[in-house]
Amino acid sequence: MKYALEILTVTTILVFAGIFLVQNAHLQDTLQPGEEAWSGADSRAAEQIAASGYEPWFTPVWEPPGGEIETLFFCLQAAMGSLVIGYFFGYYRAKAAKE
Amino acid sequence: MHIMEGFLPWYWCAFWFAVSLPCIVYGIYQLNRLVKENRAALPLLAVSGAFIFVLSSLKMPSVTGSCSHPTGTGLSAILFGPCLTSVLGMIVLLYQALLLAHGGLTTLGANIFSMAIAGPFVGYWIYRGGKAVGLNTFVTVFLAAAICDLFTYVVTSFQLALAFPAQTGGILASFTAFALIFAVTQVPLAIIEGVIIALIFKYILQCRPDILVTLHVLSQAQVKKIQESFA
Repeated sequence: MKYALEILTVTTILVFAGIFLVQNAHLQDTLQPGEEAWSGADSRAAEQIAASGYEPWFTPVWEPPGGEIETLFFCLQAAMGSLVIGYFFGYYRAKAAKE
Repeated sequence: MHIMEGFLPWYWCAFWFAVSLPCIVYGIYQLNRLVKENRAALPLLAVSGAFIFVLSSLKMPSVTGSCSHPTGTGLSAILFGPCLTSVLGMIVLLYQALLLAHGGLTTLGANIFSMAIAGPFVGYWIYRGGKAVGLNTFVTVFLAAAICDLFTYVVTSFQLALAFPAQTGGILASFTAFALIFAVTQVPLAIIEGVIIALIFKYILQCRPDILVTLHVLSQAQVKKIQESFA
């Protein structure tokens, strides 16, 4: 099977997307007012630590001033990575085709 | 797996910096040697680093109703080993700590240890082990990458449990609580990451099998066998 791995990858992603859709429908129905669905695991852990009475002794030097700007930097991070991956795979492929 | 800024007592911050430092220093030494001796492998190093950039920026929903992100360190761990991976991981963690307030400068040592040292170390040895017993290469890559990802989150839970033992039940009870937040959320993401890295590994194998041989990731005989199975 030449494309077995590709098919497997797409199937895996589809299965997880399916699970997400079903679970999201359930979550939205049972959500308490003011509760945020799909929050980050990192912040959940921080909440748990803060609940024990611990005070962070250092605050971030710089924080993105808003959700949109945070998204900008996350996208930038992914864009830079994708650019490098695409560049070198293209380079390898074209070089192999020429030889 | 990012422990947020200031969320570890200072002595734990210092401890994890001290543990991570030797690995980073050795990684920089390996990097210098790679630049001198195997320039053809540098693009692959860039791709591995870029992979960590992309995957660790993707926050994905998981079965626990919260979001987390893959680490992407498996590829680099398999190709270049855990110490070089720690250097790449440090760059990503610095970017996120400075520009995104995700993770932090004080917790950098602890985050480097979990994401860029402990996880990749386990992933690397799983790959080597799988190769030694002759397991299918793609299955080995999948296992190495998925467990590399998952183990990172187990280590984070352990780091937090050590710093914040529960009043009743101590470190173990605290570890269970953090592992429920981190490790359980991570299981589906680790599976996706494993499959994607196995796919990328296939493309690298198709484009430049020669580099994989010089990096001792695969032997010439293994490359030949896999190429025949694709033909």
